Amino acid sequence: MTASNVRFLDQGDCGLVVEFGEEIDPQINARVLALDAAVNAAKPVGFIETVPTYRSLLVQVDPLVFDRAAFIAWVESILPGLDVAVAEPRRWRVPVVYGGTYGFDLDDVAATHGISSAEVIARHSSAIYRVYMLGFMPGLAYLGGLDPRLATPRRRDPRLMTPAGIVSIGGVQALIASLAMPSGWHLLGRTPVRAFHPRRDPVFLFTPGDEIVFDPIGAERWDALDKAGEAGEILAELVAR
Amino acid sequence: MTVLIIDRCGPGTSIQDGGRFGQQRFGLGPSGAMDRDGLAIANMLVGNPADLAAIEFLMIGGTLRCEGGPARLALAGAVMPVSIGSRKIPPHESVTLVPGETLAIGAALPGTFGYLAVCGGFAIPQSLGSHSLHVRAGIGGLDGRLLRDGDRLPLACDTPCGADLRLAQAPAPNTDPIRVLLGPQADCFSAEGLETFLGSEYTISNQADRMGYRLSGPTIAHARGYNIVSDGIATGAIQVPGTGEPIVLMADRQTTGGYPKIATIISADLPRFAQKRPGERIRFAAVTHEEAVAAARRRAERLAALRRSLQACGEPSLDSERLLSLNLVDGVVAGDP
Repeated sequence: MTASNVRFLDQGDCGLVVEFGEEIDPQINARVLALDAAVNAAKPVGFIETVPTYRSLLVQVDPLVFDRAAFIAWVESILPGLDVAVAEPRRWRVPVVYGGTYGFDLDDVAATHGISSAEVIARHSSAIYRVYMLGFMPGLAYLGGLDPRLATPRRRDPRLMTPAGIVSIGGVQALIASLAMPSGWHLLGRTPVRAFHPRRDPVFLFTPGDEIVFDPIGAERWDALDKAGEAGEILAELVAR
Repeated sequence: MTVLIIDRCGPGTSIQDGGRFGQQRFGLGPSGAMDRDGLAIANMLVGNPADLAAIEFLMIGGTLRCEGGPARLALAGAVMPVSIGSRKIPPHESVTLVPGETLAIGAALPGTFGYLAVCGGFAIPQSLGSHSLHVRAGIGGLDGRLLRDGDRLPLACDTPCGADLRLAQAPAPNTDPIRVLLGPQADCFSAEGLETFLGSEYTISNQADRMGYRLSGPTIAHARGYNIVSDGIATGAIQVPGTGEPIVLMADRQTTGGYPKIATIISADLPRFAQKRPGERIRFAAVTHEEAVAAARRRAERLAALRRSLQACGEPSLDSERLLSLNLVDGVVAGDP
């Protein structure tokens, strides 16, 4: 890709946004993650941390020592040769209890698309998702890769609170929530996996670029798995690609 | 071991330091003191590094005691009256509290966030590299929660060394407009929208907390809708949702967001903005990147100058020294026949 596709936008004097595009696109996200890796490896003077998102990389800096012009020149020089292939993405299998009190909106989503709830589960759990970014809440994973036949506009009336571990869809996106939060997305199920657990190592389970597959499990397994998750068990399994 | 006991405190009291960095890529915001200048000044008055953890009071003060040994304490940030019994402690002075005494901190006026630093800091564990409380994540602070009446905070230093300190010069008040750098999504707004934003007065609404300050005032017109594909957020970013009224994202903010950000408050003015209270009115003024960096430099120099101006409380201040020398001269003149 040429440097001219990229915009450099100030976010105050402590933030510089390198914007690769304005849409959700796996190629754009791959470039974001490749630059993220390069910046974190190079650690330019004054660099504090990065926030990779769907389509841009926010680079947070100490303005007293960061050389913005030199950084922009350096990014432009490495962009053409940026390796966008994630070396070996990890693939996680994440257990989900679908429907009922675990996924209030499963039946509504099925009705919206004129298919059975079982078909919604089949389509949702047969896709391979990619973690585009983590954000909004600690550990919350935004996923790309939803079966386009399940794309559902967000609820007109967002719920003021949804439980931790919700697995939901909104538009063409999917997500795994970490903590309880307000949400306008459609709740299909719930996972006992803690994407964020402050007293576990690792504290955060997923990282941008990871792959996710969902594994439907029976509601009778919820209580035991939820307890294990709370106690610090990872529960999500790394599987071969 | 010396322990600081909080007999009474307000509902928004927490432990905050310079912030938690390196976790925003995982969705965990930085937290940290809302007014980093206030934190730095409180810390310098007790001989600490600028970003060491302190108690952050939200508008309401409290009462504290120490047990097991003395504790040197200093308050800065919001103006909050400090006293020990009938003894009033002047602003910008540290004081050594001994067991049996009670330090009382009154309500903030003006300002919102007061910082009580203690010599050596607290002997409590960090979480992900910081003492800063992040309420929703349940990490940092004391046991991942707000402070409450009866809490006991062990101190890292049993006996403070050196002397109580005071600033020879008080930090200068500043009522200038809050300076911003436009963007990163200034192009999501119409020319009229930008003009409204920079030309109008905004009021801090009652919906203001450590996550963000919602402002009320003239609505800002978008040029092409009010949804963007989520991108990263820096502290001080000003997002404008569909209502057209701006929200300034603060220390406990989310890390990503889907509303366009019209501008971002520059780092030099964030502490001053954070001290604004609901009902206070502000204006914004746009500056260039070069001006923002120059302002950040001046802010650092100002803090360094304050640190250089520290003097032991027993010593005469610069002003009284000068008066003394003038008097001596007068004395000589008067004594000359």
